[in-house]
Amino acid sequence: MWLQGRSINTPPLLAIFLISAITLAYEVLLTRLFSIIQWHHFAYMIISIALLGYGASGSFLMVFQNRLKAYVSYSLTANIFLFAISSIGCFLMAQQIPFNPLELFWDRSQWLWLLLIYLLLILPFFFSANCIGLVFLCYKNKINRIYAADLQGAATGALVVVIIIYWFFPSDILRIIASAGGVAVILATINQKLNPKVITLALVTIIVPWLLPNSWLALNPSEYKPLSQTLQITDTKVVSEKNGPMGLLSVVESPTIPFRHVPGLSLTNPLEPPQQIALFSDGDGMSVITQFKGDISTLSYLANTTSALPYHVLHTPNVLILGAGGGADVLQAMYHQANNIDAVELNEQVVALVKNEYSIFSGDIYNQNNVQLHTAEARGFLASTTQRYDLIQMALMDSFAASSAGLYALNESYLYTVEAITLYLQRLTDDGVLSLTRWIKLPPRDTLKLLATAKQALLDLGVSNPEQHIALIRSWNTATLVIKRVPLSDNEIQKILAFCKKRSFDLAYYPAISSEETNLYNVLPERYYFDGARALLSSNAEQYFDDYKYNLKPATDDKPYFFNFLKWQFLPEIISLPAGQGLPLIEWGSIILVITLLQALLLSLIFILLPVWIYDRKQNKQARENHFNTFVISYFILLGAAFMFVEIAFIQKFILFLSHPTYAIAVVLTGFLLFAGMGSAYSRKWTMPKAIKIAIAGICICAVFYLIFLSNIFHWFISANDIVKVVLSLLLIFPLAFFMGMPFPLGLNLLAKISPETIAWAWGINGCASVVSAIAATLVALNYGFTTIIIMALVFYLLAGLFFIKKCQ
Amino acid sequence: MIHLFYLDRVITIIVLSLFIFSSACADDFSSARKKLLTEIQLDVKRTGFLTGKDSLNSRVVDALDKVPRHKFVRPGDEKYAYENRPLRIGYGQTISQPYIVAIMTELLNVDATDKILEIGTGSGYQAAILSVLTKSVFSIEIIEPLAKQARLRLSRLNYDNVQVRMADGYYGWEDEAPFDAIVVTAAATHVPPPLVNQLKPGGIMVIPVGSQFLTQQLMLVEKSSDGTVRTRQVLPVSFVPLTGAH
Repeated sequence: MWLQGRSINTPPLLAIFLISAITLAYEVLLTRLFSIIQWHHFAYMIISIALLGYGASGSFLMVFQNRLKAYVSYSLTANIFLFAISSIGCFLMAQQIPFNPLELFWDRSQWLWLLLIYLLLILPFFFSANCIGLVFLCYKNKINRIYAADLQGAATGALVVVIIIYWFFPSDILRIIASAGGVAVILATINQKLNPKVITLALVTIIVPWLLPNSWLALNPSEYKPLSQTLQITDTKVVSEKNGPMGLLSVVESPTIPFRHVPGLSLTNPLEPPQQIALFSDGDGMSVITQFKGDISTLSYLANTTSALPYHVLHTPNVLILGAGGGADVLQAMYHQANNIDAVELNEQVVALVKNEYSIFSGDIYNQNNVQLHTAEARGFLASTTQRYDLIQMALMDSFAASSAGLYALNESYLYTVEAITLYLQRLTDDGVLSLTRWIKLPPRDTLKLLATAKQALLDLGVSNPEQHIALIRSWNTATLVIKRVPLSDNEIQKILAFCKKRSFDLAYYPAISSEETNLYNVLPERYYFDGARALLSSNAEQYFDDYKYNLKPATDDKPYFFNFLKWQFLPEIISLPAGQGLPLIEWGSIILVITLLQALLLSLIFILLPVWIYDRKQNKQARENHFNTFVISYFILLGAAFMFVEIAFIQKFILFLSHPTYAIAVVLTGFLLFAGMGSAYSRKWTMPKAIKIAIAGICICAVFYLIFLSNIFHWFISANDIVKVVLSLLLIFPLAFFMGMPFPLGLNLLAKISPETIAWAWGINGCASVVSAIAATLVALNYGFTTIIIMALVFYLLAGLFFIKKCQ
Repeated sequence: MIHLFYLDRVITIIVLSLFIFSSACADDFSSARKKLLTEIQLDVKRTGFLTGKDSLNSRVVDALDKVPRHKFVRPGDEKYAYENRPLRIGYGQTISQPYIVAIMTELLNVDATDKILEIGTGSGYQAAILSVLTKSVFSIEIIEPLAKQARLRLSRLNYDNVQVRMADGYYGWEDEAPFDAIVVTAAATHVPPPLVNQLKPGGIMVIPVGSQFLTQQLMLVEKSSDGTVRTRQVLPVSFVPLTGAH
């Protein structure tokens, strides 16, 4: 009877390590997969809910623990096996569901499809969590080591997935994960001394994913994504794809019907742009590489966009281009005879395309004598250089569709904060110009917020009259804001007026502008931009912020959500508009976040309360009181929330320091999990109440120290090389994460003594709390900033500590 | 034989039922269309202070009433055809929300003798509406299967004054230029200069801006009699004033 549970002293730590690693990798991978086939924010919603599989598992184990414990070896191995096959199977089935998020508010059946996707994707996480929860249940005296293996596995998964995503396409990583599940089955089989026949099953699990036809695993993106729509055009084809943590980059050629991507082009422009090759990131966000054969006159159309304005104010400037991408802004600078061009681009795959595969097509622009390419994050680059520029140009880095739908609301952007604009201005020469171009949105949002941000940055630099330093112009679909550290001269203003008149661009603001000069060529129902700019640059700005129906307050590094425009008090007004007229005006990012939070809360409540209710119906009164105690609920909810709040807030702070968002997340997340695992393993050396006191005190001291001094430390090392920065980050994370790894296993150890049947429940509660808190943390950060999150987390930790000590007594 | 007798009766009953059912459906669509028209007219009135159009021209109303939208949607979607919402038509495209079609048509100010160019035929619904209003409509579709389907559908429904061709809309329809009005439903980062050239002085071009399912605003490109061009943005939604109204 190999199915019967046996008394095996050693918990399957290797299997736990591996299952945690591949589960975290799977979570990251699913986010990538759904970002490709749907949109990033819907991916966020779907994966958040799927992670509640952890909560469902805790409840399941609570109810069925006696039966499962009787067959623990079998249950454990079966759950690993089920994880392996569901990881690939559930995704394949989910991809077949005709879910179209764009129709959610038109077609009620879409909600049912969404629910079906949730149910499918909850399964792999449910099985994975069952494995870990079961081991907790059956090895109560080894909880610290099990939790350490779980965290260290997750740390490894976080690191490995970021690395392998460069070498393998997402569909292949799905095969790797399923196969790794098979390896975990073998590890568990050996550890649990099961019948060797199980290994045969494991081998099948390892091999089968690689035998699946490629067509089954081919990604099936929404037909409404820009790439899908482009591919409907005759002869258009994807000529190459490059995978990486920043997205799946698709290179598209359209020989019959050319791309003509020139945002903000004047209506008076008579010229057609040269041939272009389109680049799509995750099937969205189109940008182009433009053909350049050396004849500068073919680029003359680039003088007719709003972003050309600064070149008509400056003469042969030294230029810094932030977000150079496929090179359109570099070509614009070359056309305007820029003296020297520094181009900064974060996405090394785009850089490689322009420099290598399409070097001849693009005119080898990044290898021109006066062009220096820097593969770096914009702020990181500027922080590490002392060079000054006559012109700093920031390109349009997002697509119109995503920008206009408010889909970036949840994305932190450290490029548009007050601190960022201040840094850009500091890197200008005395007479230099900072030029920022954004899409036009109606009613206006980002351009006006950028203008308010520029004003604040100028004030922070000691400028007393910022309204003299700014000009704003617009076409029908782009607006360009120019800012100087010194007041705009009359001569410069005359050049701006002439530039706009020749191209039928509208003046929205310059010092001494009159209303009659505005809204002439691209007529809006009202003089929104002029009125907004004038109000924001006046002493009545605060009143305007309060009255305006979108949030225009400048973003800061502590609250870096530039694209968060939603004001909740006006949402009912928008929704109440008839015939779905309000839908285009809604800033969807924030709404999706709240919808996700509500769904997660509801499901969490069900997962936390329902099983106890079912379980307790069969128990006596004493047992019921024993289970449903406030300690289990309060302590593990507080811990789940506190851990996620601290982790999320510090990841953000380190992203800014380490410059590169993907690497920063990999380093910080790996560090946090690894060191927390070490803390967990170490915590068993201390006795109960003492251990929690040390842990909570350690967390509070570290967090408060970082709240006060972290920005200074970062400031001292901002120009250090990457290796020094990574090592320093890990050193800084170590003490905090080390102590954060202790409270959870200490809590489970306490439960093992006083109420062992609630261990699995506690595991589920903590899982639910972690998911809900991750969403809630973003919502708090959007409105109150990361400092508030850290303070809240410390309060949670202190409360959890108090509950623990009280329970010990 | 008795079986055959019954079979005959059964067939008669089925045929009769189908006839009655189809008549009932036609009636359903007719009443649904009337209801939708009332809804659209109400929305037009509500948004009149933004669009400059308080009501629809009776000719536009007539055209909306005459064109059977349920014949321009995918099989199975007929029941949604008279809801005021966009619907999928395949190939990543949609048939626009009826209110948007109505207000776009109204803004074009179509005269019975006008020559109109449409870029982005899609299902052919907008072209059919225009064909009721004027003598000739030229429509360009870039997606080949859609162009074929729309051509066939418009022909079958006897919209004989619409010509559809599969081509790059950027260059317009040079042979038939100039046009009194142009509708551009295909997304672009800029207004193609050839289209501006093919617009008659005094003519108007309408471009919806936004995603497939959410039209955010309508951009009008107006060419004055002296040939100068300016754009006008029309918000089809009643969400103003932006400040101070609460």
